[in-house]
Amino acid sequence: MMRTTKPARAAQYVALAAYLVFLAFPFLWLISTAFKPARELGSLHPTWIPKDPTLDNFRQAFDEQPLLRAAGNSLIAALSAALIAVVIATPMAYVMARHRNRVAKAATGWVVISQAFPFVLIIIPLFLILKNLHLINSLLGLIMVYVVWSLPFALWMLVGYVRAVPTELEEAAAVDGASKVRTFVSVVAPLLAPGIVATAMFAFITAWNEFFFALVLLKTPEKQTLPVILNRFIGTEGVADLGPLAAAAFLATIPSLVIFAIIQKRITGGMLAGAVKA
Amino acid sequence: MASRRAPRLGAAVAALTLLLAGCSGDSGDDDGKITLQFQSLAWQKESVDANKALVEEWNATHPDVRVEYIQGSWDSVHDQLLTSFEGGEAPDIIHDASDDLADFAYGGYLADIGDLLPERLKADIPQRSWETATFDGKIYGVPFLQEPRVLIANSKWLKKSGVRVPTPGKPWSWPEFRKITKELGDGTDGKYGVAWPLKEPVSATLNLSLSTGGKMFHRGADGKVDVRFDAPDQVMPRTVHDQVNVDKSASGSTLGMGGSDTLPGFFGGKYAMVPLGFSYRQQIVQQAPKGFEWQVLPAPAGEEGLAQGVSPQTLSVSEDSAHKKEAAEFIDFFLQPKNMVKLARGDWMLPTGEEALQDPALRTEKNGWSAGTALSEDLRPAPAQSVRGYPEWKDKVATPALQEYYSGAIDLDELEKRLVKDGNLVLARYQR
Repeated sequence: MMRTTKPARAAQYVALAAYLVFLAFPFLWLISTAFKPARELGSLHPTWIPKDPTLDNFRQAFDEQPLLRAAGNSLIAALSAALIAVVIATPMAYVMARHRNRVAKAATGWVVISQAFPFVLIIIPLFLILKNLHLINSLLGLIMVYVVWSLPFALWMLVGYVRAVPTELEEAAAVDGASKVRTFVSVVAPLLAPGIVATAMFAFITAWNEFFFALVLLKTPEKQTLPVILNRFIGTEGVADLGPLAAAAFLATIPSLVIFAIIQKRITGGMLAGAVKA
Repeated sequence: MASRRAPRLGAAVAALTLLLAGCSGDSGDDDGKITLQFQSLAWQKESVDANKALVEEWNATHPDVRVEYIQGSWDSVHDQLLTSFEGGEAPDIIHDASDDLADFAYGGYLADIGDLLPERLKADIPQRSWETATFDGKIYGVPFLQEPRVLIANSKWLKKSGVRVPTPGKPWSWPEFRKITKELGDGTDGKYGVAWPLKEPVSATLNLSLSTGGKMFHRGADGKVDVRFDAPDQVMPRTVHDQVNVDKSASGSTLGMGGSDTLPGFFGGKYAMVPLGFSYRQQIVQQAPKGFEWQVLPAPAGEEGLAQGVSPQTLSVSEDSAHKKEAAEFIDFFLQPKNMVKLARGDWMLPTGEEALQDPALRTEKNGWSAGTALSEDLRPAPAQSVRGYPEWKDKVATPALQEYYSGAIDLDELEKRLVKDGNLVLARYQR
């Protein structure tokens, strides 16, 4: 292995720090804005730390919009979609990764192509199908859409993880007399845990942030999700009620941050474990 | 204003609905009582409160016709409505802007409500406003709130400079406006006479050009529209171009900004004036530093006086609604003069109704209300109001061309070539 010189290491740290600042900037600015009173938002010389911090933006955001209920709806939709997506995608990914026949190739191709479909192309048929199923203005209908929407990419991600699991382990299990299902459940699935978690995260974030389907499919405020509610802080010609919008958007990022914080170690640990095995 | 994906979505809709036609069903009433869905785009707190209060008032006095308030948003209304129309799930009463109605009206999604509206309402709103929501002689919406573009000025700066302050009775001409902005600041000390927020330059250019007789869109005897860029169309763009690139009296850096983005510089004393929509006053009241003095001035005038184009907010009825008559009755109630005043104050805009415009609350000098109200008679339908293909012309041709011209990257000849030659190619596709 090449030895890293001190200047090179210092440069790496500087680059890393710069990257982190770049990534963190919008979020830190969002927090700063959320606590600024209206007059500071219009200042020519904006400051990172509000001179006169206030909770008024949060109060106003909660007063004007049903944020908690919307957050609850988002949480139900996103968690359900993530759970269902990985439950469906995991065995499918195993089959596609281990059985490389024409069907699997065609399925992979379809998965790739389906990612190119714009929302607007599928929303009308989806709307009509859900209407006939009486699932318009229903979180269940929205969850179904999110599962279908995130499934191709979830599948694609998991196929990669399955391929990284050495087949020798499955062969050893077969020699020990384990059935295919037993092998999958007891040998492959535990090794896939980091991949499953990462995929679930992807599905969760996709659903948590999704706006257009939720806008079109959910009509009453009792059912609407956070992105739809956040959109109400924006008016004509893109004019925004900036303070309350920042406050609400800041709150909307918290669940994602909490979930990331909880599972981060697991993902990292799993990835490292996989790397050693490979 | 609403985002526009009509061509893309329209194509998808056409293909897919052929496959799925007949899948939708009708919903009926229960208990003989009627429920109307009203999708409102009100977004500022005062405006939402006013909308909800009026709905509650209606429900309290009309037990057999209940109105259900549904919150929509300006940012996504076009796509959301188009999907709802196609799915047969559109609200009965629809809040939108008149420049978004043409596609829906021609697409058969909106009801002609001309015969359903009472004479009171028809007479209260002037013909020039009705024209914004009338297509092929049929009325597809009731225009009720409108927003002129005004100059928001730093009062102390104007007073100190000694320039003539314009009034609706004696506005600045475009040449005078250019001369005065040069006097107010040429950027040498970081101060400018004006800041043009022209991130979306097309509607501002078209609407303000009406004052000099600019129309840009000309409809022939065969009903087809072509783009021209004649001398009257050029006055406003040339003024802005010269302020930015010749006089340096307008800041070049604000050309890519939205209206809100210019406010910190305005409050900070960088710009003496900012041309903004009338409703921006609310942000100014909220955000201006204590002691900051500002006033509303009319936009410059040309041969046609203070005329400028607007696209009023509208209330329409869905063609699929089973209760068009009741929906029109709700609209009539919603737009009673006293209610129009409440809605106008909530949105910091002007009502279209003549009676509402006389209300003392909209004639007060406080926060520039009276200066704006004085402009109401000069507001005309935006030139592109009923031009099919306008959204594509705007996005693909006019926006980049005007942005380049205003920044000095291209000259007037090149601007004309693009707006007219390229523009007519776009419009031709919609008029075959």
